[in-house]
Amino acid sequence: MMMDFILAKFNYWVYVVLIMIGFYGMMTKKNLMKKLIGMNIFQWSIILFYISIGSKKNATLPIIMDIHSHAPSAADYINPLPHVLMLTAIVVGVATTGIALTLLVLIYKRYGTIEEDEVIEALKK
Amino acid sequence: MVRDVEDVIIKTIARIMVPIMQVYSLYVYVHGHISPGGGFQGGCIMAASFILLAVAFNLGEAKRRLKEKAIAVFCSLGVFIYAWTGVVPLFFGGNFLDYSKWSHILPGGEVMARYYGMAFIELGVQIAVMAVMVSIFLDLVTAGRHEEVLGKDDDGFYSR
Amino acid sequence: MNRTVAFFVTMLTGLLLIYSTLDFPPWGSPNQPGSLHVSPRYIEKTLEETKVPNAVTSVLADYRGYDTMFETSVIFTAGVAVMMLLRRKKDG
Repeated sequence: MMMDFILAKFNYWVYVVLIMIGFYGMMTKKNLMKKLIGMNIFQWSIILFYISIGSKKNATLPIIMDIHSHAPSAADYINPLPHVLMLTAIVVGVATTGIALTLLVLIYKRYGTIEEDEVIEALKK
Repeated sequence: MVRDVEDVIIKTIARIMVPIMQVYSLYVYVHGHISPGGGFQGGCIMAASFILLAVAFNLGEAKRRLKEKAIAVFCSLGVFIYAWTGVVPLFFGGNFLDYSKWSHILPGGEVMARYYGMAFIELGVQIAVMAVMVSIFLDLVTAGRHEEVLGKDDDGFYSR
Repeated sequence: MNRTVAFFVTMLTGLLLIYSTLDFPPWGSPNQPGSLHVSPRYIEKTLEETKVPNAVTSVLADYRGYDTMFETSVIFTAGVAVMMLLRRKKDG
């Protein structure tokens, strides 16, 4: 009984742990690059979470195989909607990561460092 | 900063891999209707082939195969194809992105018109994703100084 | 931020999230709310309406084409933004 409960919720807990890792990294790390990596871990945990809520037991990929026979039933195929949303989210994630790396390059060009506290010190002067 | 990798194994494998990756990306795009795949995935594989050229040889090699102007044109061309696939149905009394109105131009009826419409916009997505990925990569690794990095007297990003 | 404070904030967030997962449907349940509303129609009608067996492609490009179009615009904008930020003559 307990084992069934754990198996039913286990993957959600994995994503919670990933969110915690990313969140902790974003809060504590002083290096802006490490903050960005934390943000990406956070983002990927959300993406994996969405993929996992689309799954159904005893179902297969949302590609309709028996083209010529009867109408497909929704119970045989997993939910395509989270896959679509996360496909776009991954590409947008790449775009935001590119912008963030660009800003890091610009910060490095101006201040010579990407350590957060050194940048703040330089800003105070 | 421009450094020619003097490694025969890396260069040979890259030379073999790049055309295979490009054909595979076209396969992923064309087969996107009946198997996992589509414009985003195919575009990323195509961009990866150019990035492999830049990593295995040098930046000049990748930029010689895919020119700066070509990248700029492809970035816009992808979004252009996508938007005009959506605009054309407006002329036939449909809604924006209502591909079934493409049946006035293409053979095969309204259902096949939606099939073709999806192929068009996946092509636009593939071109745009490929160009944007390569563009972001080239801009980031050179910190925006393409010409100076390729020149002899500048050692690139760390020369501040 | 102080590491201990950050640690406790993280633990608190994690506990709240784990508490919220207790109400979730079990993993892979066919009757979970997310799989009941619109996705059955997509799966059942994709072949009939668009001749595309891959439901992911038909939802991405046809049923939700508007979403994908502006998502393509987003990556185009990101590429142009990277160009405009980095390719300057002088460090601004």
